Amino acid sequence: MSEEKDNQSSFPHLSRRGFFKGSAALLGGALISQIPFETNAYARYGADDTLKVALIGCGGRGTGAAIQALSTQGKVKLVAMADAFRDRLDESATAIGTKFPDKNRFDVPEKNKFVGFDAYKKAIQLADVVILATPPGFRPIHFEEAVNAGKHIFAEKPMATDAPGVRRVLAAAEVAKKKNLKVVVGLQRRYQNAYLETLKRVNDGSIGDIVSAQAYWHNAGVWVRPRKPGQTEMEYQMRNWYYFNWLCGDHILEQHIHNIDVINWAKNAYPVSAQGMGGRQVRNGKDHGEIYDHHYVEFTYADGTIFNSQCRHQPGTMNRVEEVLVGTKGRVTLSGDGKGIVTDLKGNSIYNHRSKNDPDPYQTEHDRLFAAIRNNTPVNDAEYGAKSTMTAILGRNATYSGQVIKWDDALNTQLSIMPEKFAWDAPTPTKPDANGFYPIPTPGVTRVI
Amino acid sequence: MNLNKIIVSGALLSLFTAGFINKPQPNHSSASAPLQEEKFDAYKEVIPGTKVSFELVPIKGGEFMMGSPATEAKRKSDEGPQHKVKIEPFWMGKYEVTWDEFEIFVYKEIEKQSMNASSMAATGPSDAVSRPSPPYLDMTFGMGKSSFPAINMTQFGALTYCKWLTAKTGHFYRLPTEAEWEYACRAGATTAYSFGDDPAKLDEYGWNYNNSNAGTKKVGSKKPNAWGLYDMHGNVAEWTLDQYDPNFYAQFAKNTATNPWLKPTKLYAHTLRGGSWDDDPDALRSAARQFSKPVWKQRDPQIPKSQWWFTDAPFIGFRVVRPLKQPSAEEIAKYWSEPIKDYGS
Repeated sequence: MSEEKDNQSSFPHLSRRGFFKGSAALLGGALISQIPFETNAYARYGADDTLKVALIGCGGRGTGAAIQALSTQGKVKLVAMADAFRDRLDESATAIGTKFPDKNRFDVPEKNKFVGFDAYKKAIQLADVVILATPPGFRPIHFEEAVNAGKHIFAEKPMATDAPGVRRVLAAAEVAKKKNLKVVVGLQRRYQNAYLETLKRVNDGSIGDIVSAQAYWHNAGVWVRPRKPGQTEMEYQMRNWYYFNWLCGDHILEQHIHNIDVINWAKNAYPVSAQGMGGRQVRNGKDHGEIYDHHYVEFTYADGTIFNSQCRHQPGTMNRVEEVLVGTKGRVTLSGDGKGIVTDLKGNSIYNHRSKNDPDPYQTEHDRLFAAIRNNTPVNDAEYGAKSTMTAILGRNATYSGQVIKWDDALNTQLSIMPEKFAWDAPTPTKPDANGFYPIPTPGVTRVI
Repeated sequence: MNLNKIIVSGALLSLFTAGFINKPQPNHSSASAPLQEEKFDAYKEVIPGTKVSFELVPIKGGEFMMGSPATEAKRKSDEGPQHKVKIEPFWMGKYEVTWDEFEIFVYKEIEKQSMNASSMAATGPSDAVSRPSPPYLDMTFGMGKSSFPAINMTQFGALTYCKWLTAKTGHFYRLPTEAEWEYACRAGATTAYSFGDDPAKLDEYGWNYNNSNAGTKKVGSKKPNAWGLYDMHGNVAEWTLDQYDPNFYAQFAKNTATNPWLKPTKLYAHTLRGGSWDDDPDALRSAARQFSKPVWKQRDPQIPKSQWWFTDAPFIGFRVVRPLKQPSAEEIAKYWSEPIKDYGS
């Protein structure tokens, strides 16, 4: 109990300007009491109750998230695992078992290991809390299933890869609220002291009103998993998922969402339109599917604020992963490595965050989720998670099409990029040509809404 | 101009990978590279096929007192007992390894782009040595790349760079042992720093927390030590080849240790030397030892955690050494390490 109070005291609360309103994690208790919640959908957990966890998606991130969940205070046990691939599930079980040899924390018998496209359904049933960490294309399906089953959720970002998926998550998020389910989304900057402490200064009015913003994710890109003999096209795409939009959503979504979400958070709003440009010049081989290696997007908010977003996956170029806010009285620079700098317009320091002894934000996410479940305090990040997902999709739509795209049009489109059927021999939404190359989105040609 | 050298290196690579090489190579045509043991001079090594090079300084063999006396200010117990150490001659990187060099190793694309087709063919595929997984984050932490020290790599990553460099050049490069590092840092001095005992003078020689404005600096922008090595004190803390053991020196208290080296068998802790931009002056002393910690991978969200990168250690880097006497391929192989899976400690 005292732990929860300590946790909360390190977070800025609702402010006079309603700055943190977009952060469901920080809503006061008043709102919850107005929701007619279905008591039967919500089980109360005391300090001595064991919270049973299922891991859906057993890659490196899912395995890391499971270990963080099992590292929270109180009794917690991993009871089920699900993945499309047996080998990934086994690697994950080895890693978690090495960390937690004790069966009180890690006890997943063979019958609770589920493999394949439908594996998630069975695993979700066995748990109180589910960790959703598959490639993001599956998130809406898994999130909806978990909400319908009345489970508390840790969901990795992003929440979808297309607008129909975002709408599905938003609808399920409403249901989750009514059922009083706790949802944390893996946008860990929202749980990182450097951001919370620095944005508190913004909220205090230290830089005036935000009139402009920039965000960057420039680095060399990520892993590639080349095609192997005997793989169906579906298996190849599932293994090399980063490079296929229905699974990954392009790096503007999969990685740059972190930076985009920070600007939305600071603005307490979402853009109304976007235009931009992008392409692939360096990362353009057969193993690189269909995604771009650079995007530059100009997002416009309703109050006229322009947010310039840049992301690039090109080795040997300038590296930068940061967010910048420009206000009428000062500037802010933030980064995930713990930077939080506030200056006035002449560069005089107002605040400089020292992050050396800050807690691990990935662990804090789980500490907050499990404390909220045990203490029945509110946390539901699903709405901002879905809307920042939509913001990145809006940016992708702008770079792929070369058009000005409006938020409402982008959100309401019926255009889905997902497969119609999930099976190893099912057709994939994009297919290679005779030389093994995939169609690349082309500005002026590609339709996005 | 470098064609001969490239061809020689290419031939050496195949010997090297086949396990036959056992002697330094005679008759390099390049004027920049020393080829005979008797010719023990400073030289510049061009990474074959690229325009990137790095400089090496000869460090003559000799004996020194390793560790610090109990009277030294801010001294820690793991720096003792002081003991005599005998060191074989080697070349040492004049500067810390920069991103210019390290990125060629990290990114195959950059290596490909920097080499033309004939030099690629001559030096063979770099796939002979495994490369780091691309980091998810910006590993420069926005602190600069060109001429700035490479940072955030694990000891395994730094040593594998040496293995890659050895395969490419035919010269045996590795990390310095702790003893070699301290010998080279002292450059004959017995004081707390190579320039004396007064930390106030450190500003002329080393980037530390008081003068760095919280970041790495271009290598070689302070004064060198007496043997011509830059940034031995500060800028980035440097990997050594050793496992960290606070009691390692005790066994040598009454003997002379010859080329001492505690080969790592465990993931933690490994020893770093020299202190960094993020340290107070006392951590930059010649005898001061630092060691790796699991918290340096705190923000690596994947399990297993990366074997190649720390997510929270922008203050660590390394420099290479090359023993004057190149050992046999079998002996060389003993220096390389296998990755140890990191399930988060």
